[in-house]
Amino acid sequence: MTAQQFFSRLKKIFPEKQILTQDVQLLPYESDALTAFKTKPRAVVLPETEQEVIDAVRLCYEMDVPFVARGSGTSLSGGSLPIKDGLVIALNRLNKIVKLDPQQRIAVVQPGVVNLHITHAAQVHGLYYAPDPSSQLICTIGGNIAFNSGGAHCLKYGMTSNHVLGIRAVLADGTVAEFGSESLDGVGVGADLVGLFVGSEGLFGIALEIIVRLLPKPEKYRTVLAAYDNLGKAGDAVGQVVASGLLPSAMEIMDNLAIQAAEASVNAGYPQDAQGLLIVELEGESEQVESEFEHLEQVIRASGAHEIRVAQSDEERTLIWKGRKGAFSAVGRISPDYVVQDGVVPRSYLGEALTEISRLSKAYDLRVANVFHAGDGNLHPLILYDGKQSGALEKAEALAGEILQLCISLGGSITGEHGVGMEKRDYMGAMFSEVDLEVMQEIRRAFDPKEIANRGKMFPSGEAPALKLHGMHPLEKKGVISRE
Amino acid sequence: MNLQPTNTEELQAVILENKSLLLRGGGTKTALSTVANESMILDMGKINGIIEYEPSEYTFTAYAGTPLRTIVAALAEHGQYLPFDPLLVEKGATIGGTVAANTSGSGRWRYGGVRDFILGIRFVDGQGRSVRSGGKVVKNAAGFDLSKFFVGSIGRFGALVEMTFKVFPQPRHYMTLQMTYAILANAMQAIFALTTSPLETDAVDIETYRDEIVVLIRLGGLETALAGRVERLKNFLSQNSPVEAIEIIEDDLQLWQSVNHLEWASDYSSFIKVPIAPRQVEDLEMKLQLIQSKRRYSAAGNIAWLAINDDSQIAALLNDLQLVGLRILGPADSPFIGQLKGRDMLQRMKQVLDPHNIFGDI
Repeated sequence: MTAQQFFSRLKKIFPEKQILTQDVQLLPYESDALTAFKTKPRAVVLPETEQEVIDAVRLCYEMDVPFVARGSGTSLSGGSLPIKDGLVIALNRLNKIVKLDPQQRIAVVQPGVVNLHITHAAQVHGLYYAPDPSSQLICTIGGNIAFNSGGAHCLKYGMTSNHVLGIRAVLADGTVAEFGSESLDGVGVGADLVGLFVGSEGLFGIALEIIVRLLPKPEKYRTVLAAYDNLGKAGDAVGQVVASGLLPSAMEIMDNLAIQAAEASVNAGYPQDAQGLLIVELEGESEQVESEFEHLEQVIRASGAHEIRVAQSDEERTLIWKGRKGAFSAVGRISPDYVVQDGVVPRSYLGEALTEISRLSKAYDLRVANVFHAGDGNLHPLILYDGKQSGALEKAEALAGEILQLCISLGGSITGEHGVGMEKRDYMGAMFSEVDLEVMQEIRRAFDPKEIANRGKMFPSGEAPALKLHGMHPLEKKGVISRE
Repeated sequence: MNLQPTNTEELQAVILENKSLLLRGGGTKTALSTVANESMILDMGKINGIIEYEPSEYTFTAYAGTPLRTIVAALAEHGQYLPFDPLLVEKGATIGGTVAANTSGSGRWRYGGVRDFILGIRFVDGQGRSVRSGGKVVKNAAGFDLSKFFVGSIGRFGALVEMTFKVFPQPRHYMTLQMTYAILANAMQAIFALTTSPLETDAVDIETYRDEIVVLIRLGGLETALAGRVERLKNFLSQNSPVEAIEIIEDDLQLWQSVNHLEWASDYSSFIKVPIAPRQVEDLEMKLQLIQSKRRYSAAGNIAWLAINDDSQIAALLNDLQLVGLRILGPADSPFIGQLKGRDMLQRMKQVLDPHNIFGDI
């Protein structure tokens, strides 16, 4: 097979304007939100129909060309990093909401639909799509499915996987499969294939059409800000709220560095002197929320908060969340570079984990900003460094590695919602045994015998570059990959 | 003779030494736990017990053979519960059997089914390999999610050994609103009005086996707010559907326990679960009225439960509607009735996890 043959076959599937091959056209696709890595693909195709996606996958399978499906490229784990000489199948033009049935509370969508657009379409019926990754303004459902994306509001109603009822997909060998249904309980007859597919990081194939469930927009929100004079106290407060029997829809923590950054960019009205800021949100029927709110206030007061603020209007609530969701980019304003991890610890170890991260930060002499989904123990330490200083990135990565090891040693996970992707694949062995990984590999090959779908992600081997703890990757030395 | 391993090593040995095994937990779901061929029963009952339960974490890990009633009791001591409301608790069902059969009950309407609460598993596959998937924390995106995959797998891919769940604080008080309608269409009108409203309900069941159509709506929450919420729901439904009669049941524990034990279905020999879309309820009900049976619809019309003696006509009927059913009680042959989706993918998984077909056909 030559490149020429591949392109001539590709041109039979796609009109020329849907095939990108010029360097300048490929540039935006060379990396995703994990910008430390770049790889130039052979070509990018922009399918406009389901059949074009299927045909492209079948061609790749026939000609042994690896492919990566891509939405908006917001993966923080390098999940949509192209494969050298592979094909990028960019799904943004498959962006139709095929059906919206408010009475059954479902929407049928194409993979390129932007997460927030589902809520926009559903809100006239008083419904919304619950999973809310911080990138929900641009990230697509296809990508959310591949990486089982989470968000601040996953505490009560779960992650992406808990909101997908059915999928039609083209598997890596070109087979089209359909599983799940419009029923809320339609998965899990004969085994839950939807559950298996969601979070498989694009290694099985590409979702073509997805049935998602919608939830009624809560009648009432109560959003509380609690300020603490140390971060550990804020962490402990999370355990106390959970133990009190309340079920908030979101519980987030920001440390002082993150607060300063968010305030500088959004002016969200956060108490600036706080060392730890806890955001707790209750939602639901008015009467129930008001009763819960009374309990919550008592718990928060007893937890040693020195200041408590309650959002008095929808605008104030929106501003609080705008500050929180924009915190990552805000941190970008106070540091030239950062790496972010999303390890998970059991909730009762939050205080301990935060104390340890702060110790590591001092030991490495690197600033760490903490912005995280505290309610489910999902940390997001942002390790700040200056890439222009030699050895700074390596030092930041070493610190990140220690934080992941800490999560594992406390009984947690290396990733809560960003996925393993390319970035954390070397840590899979610390979480799973050789047998576990061998079985996962066999499953992957059952759907992708040639390992062409998103090759190099999730497993600690393969062609794509792995982020090593120390020193340059061999492919970097050869000039195959590069870091910014 | 039943094989009863007491630990993982024994379980692995049993799997490697036998050609054909049928997994059994508490044996409450007879259609899934009775041998129809020359298989030996692999009884998981001796691998039981809660391994870890940390109330402040709202998670627990238990062996597959642990009876649900043990778990329910342990959680209740700390005001916690299994929100997916597994069936047949007092009849002796196990946590492993609940995952394998995916038997969430009426209460799954509020927060989700088995799949929405399972966090991690360890199982032994058909090649005797002990495999772990998922984790013990409430959020985890590392590796393929085999924990969810095993939900509803009826023991065909491996023997679950242990599993971790998240749980929730149990609502401290409950009340049930019983609404009576002349015809099913009126009841569905009420349900569709309810599902597009912000009113929060814990269970929504429809009973079609009485003289009139009965809709049971359960609400749970803090006592201070509950009476007001029930009153509001009552008014809302009166305004939005032609209701014949309304009754508030303040002490509803027994009512829902009897639903959990399938008492309403006890005079029939077969019991079948059929996931459906709410829009299919009326169609399915019309067709089933022609066959001697009792029907109940849970989760606001998302699950149909059929109690029936002779289910020989059901396959054709479900095929017509492109539905699939799982026989839970009754004859042990072919548990899936109708159109099983994703069969090709299931076969591929079977090749990986049970290539010698020790655990039976899909």
